[in-house]
Amino acid sequence: MSAMLLIRKLLTGAPQQPVQTLELGRVVADASRCVQCGVCGYNCPVGIPVRDYARQGLPVDNPACIACGNCVAVCPRGTLRWETAAHTLVAERFAQQMGSREPARED
Amino acid sequence: MHNTQYLIIGNGAAGATAAETIRRHDSDGEITILTAEPYPMYSRPGLAYVLINEIPAKQIFCRTLAWYENLRLNLTLGRATQLDVVNRLVWLADGRSLPYDRLLIATGARATPPPYPGHDLQGVVYLDTFDGTNELIERSKRARRAVVVGGGITALEMSEGLAHRGVETHYFLRRDRLWSRVFTDEEARLLEKVMCAHHVHIHYNTEVSEIIGDRRGRVREVKLKDGSTFKCDLLGVAIGVKPLIDLVQNTPIQTDRAILVNEFLESSVPGVYAAGDCAQVYDRWTQQHMVDILWPSAVAEGAAAGLNMVGKRHAYVKGSPFNACLLFGLHITTMGQINPGRDDEVVKVVQHISRGSSEVWYTHPRTYRSAWAGDGENTLRLVINGDFLVGAILIGEQRLADPLRYLIEQQVDIRHLRADLEAGGETLKQSLLRFWQHIEPVSAAV
Repeated sequence: MSAMLLIRKLLTGAPQQPVQTLELGRVVADASRCVQCGVCGYNCPVGIPVRDYARQGLPVDNPACIACGNCVAVCPRGTLRWETAAHTLVAERFAQQMGSREPARED
Repeated sequence: MHNTQYLIIGNGAAGATAAETIRRHDSDGEITILTAEPYPMYSRPGLAYVLINEIPAKQIFCRTLAWYENLRLNLTLGRATQLDVVNRLVWLADGRSLPYDRLLIATGARATPPPYPGHDLQGVVYLDTFDGTNELIERSKRARRAVVVGGGITALEMSEGLAHRGVETHYFLRRDRLWSRVFTDEEARLLEKVMCAHHVHIHYNTEVSEIIGDRRGRVREVKLKDGSTFKCDLLGVAIGVKPLIDLVQNTPIQTDRAILVNEFLESSVPGVYAAGDCAQVYDRWTQQHMVDILWPSAVAEGAAAGLNMVGKRHAYVKGSPFNACLLFGLHITTMGQINPGRDDEVVKVVQHISRGSSEVWYTHPRTYRSAWAGDGENTLRLVINGDFLVGAILIGEQRLADPLRYLIEQQVDIRHLRADLEAGGETLKQSLLRFWQHIEPVSAAV
């Protein structure tokens, strides 16, 4: 559903449909690919500063994220990736088993 | 004892990252960032996307002034002209001088002007600064016909942007192959196809010898090596970049193509560091000092320099050079050493390195073999040295980019895969995918 359509429906009180989502999950970033061009944030329909997450290599854990996948699709450098909730869960469990929840930092 | 005074010359990827790193470890130090451009930090690779009209110009500012304030970084506008390493002073063009205890030179690089007459005419444009890009965009609105010269990514981006903005765009190449220092014939043909679809006219074996202006000092036409002339009102130049190292001339700081630094990013003068495009850093892949004109390299070098400047001895290990770009809708990823291997192409001068590339890519492979898979729309080429992958280039389909990067960076022994890889084609791809699933227990378990 387009953002305009969504807004119109909210304003007119038309019966609401759930916003379409790809699937449960989150956008994750590979900081070493990011060049901070800002194409991601510019294309975000809810205005999340995606590049600030990407710079720090953090997942885009923003409550406003509607999981539309726009930022992943437009990134010219392949920095962003969609990670499913199942993947996150397994990754965390795996990290726990390996004894390191956080990747070691150099500094 | 006074607080340490850190002076950083340059407000780009290396400079700003170094400042942030220093602040994280030294809350009392005085940090000054000297910038010659009247803007907060912006994304230089992002300039291409502004030109192509993907984003508005203001979008490329990736730090706000509040960011500088919060980290207590003094952002100072000025141009450094002289360096006094004995008294630890940097002199500015306006007569001011700034003292330092630790100095980071992160001045970056600028586009090389064309070596033929007429380069000072109006309409000779570059894609290397915010102001330069704005000028390029303004002029493209009135331009009817543009010529772009240069053999690397920047020249290709420039021709894409001009064509998108409705200018009749002609791309002149000295040789007979696109991006010849990196691409093989097959790879070049793939890009050629999409460039033609985007209405860029490619002229092979065509070299400009002079730019001719009109009475008002604007570009009117270019004269070619074969004696003919070609009418145009815009000349986009991206023939390479030159590290900005004028400041260290007449100082004991050692330079080669850029400022030579050791693995701690320190120059030959104690207390003076260099990072980013203006630094020539020791590289484990080629065992030489190499210049990278890559944003992620500049960030990593800036972070390492910052650590060493606060006294944490941190040896910087240069990763394998990696770049992903999007040209004419085609995704291209280059990593490691990927020289297509022509005898006449050896790195000689830094002028040939363009923004978004690494000297390491062009170094001459010795006994390397290559493996190839291509299906007309997508290509994949591997460079293999003995039991190790040393480089790869992917055009189009990017599914194998991550596994390949892993294999190259971690220097994984690929002995048992080699026969499959050298077989090329579908065998190569399937073999890599299977391998990736095997070493990534996380994704395999889902």
